[in-house]
Amino acid sequence: MHCHITVQQDRFDLAAEEAALRAVAGDAGALVAFQGMVRGHDAATPLAALFLEHYPGVTEAEIGRIADAAAGRWPISAVRVVHRVGRLVPGEQIVLVLVASAHRKAAFAAAEYLMDYLKTEAPFWKREDFTDGSSRWVDAKASDDAAAASWRD
Amino acid sequence: MSIRILYFGRLKDVLGRGEETLDWAGGDSAALLAALRGRGEDWAEALAAGKVFRLVVNQQVVRGEVPIPDGAEVGILPPVTGG
Repeated sequence: MHCHITVQQDRFDLAAEEAALRAVAGDAGALVAFQGMVRGHDAATPLAALFLEHYPGVTEAEIGRIADAAAGRWPISAVRVVHRVGRLVPGEQIVLVLVASAHRKAAFAAAEYLMDYLKTEAPFWKREDFTDGSSRWVDAKASDDAAAASWRD
Repeated sequence: MSIRILYFGRLKDVLGRGEETLDWAGGDSAALLAALRGRGEDWAEALAAGKVFRLVVNQQVVRGEVPIPDGAEVGILPPVTGG
């Protein structure tokens, strides 16, 4: 399984990322792409921006561990994850997960698994900066923990 | 011995620092957390058992109690919120 993980401030280019995945994916019949975007209206006050920080080195290693676990469950040939950090305004991309596999079901399932564990295991922290000047660190969601736990059965 | 501690997310704001160098007697991860909680109410509250998600020692995520070697980099992680 080919695995490539990047944490960066810059935007990513979906076409370029897809081309890089396809270059190593082999005879893949399925390619699933998930992009997460910054939502603008999660709270009563509109969001001005999200600020994300991470733990350099540890974050990449943890995502790699999650990708290896996915490869142990489904026959996937390549994974590519790009996660952005820094200041991101509503509507901007925040995360990209690309998965290639011979078959559709494995690619869908592995992409969802990667996102579920990325949200609950990878060391990223989000701060919401609102339009009224206030800000707060986002609390971990019980629903995200439940989504990740659902794969353990 | 001397270790370097890194704080992340809200811990950075609540504790007023992103990192520090700590001289202490040494011990395991539980002893380190106990020493930090002993700094006062703010610290005890911020580093309460349910609020620290995980420790990272020398870039390795650790589970349970582990020894902290001299010169270690210790990351103290609040619950994560990526994706």
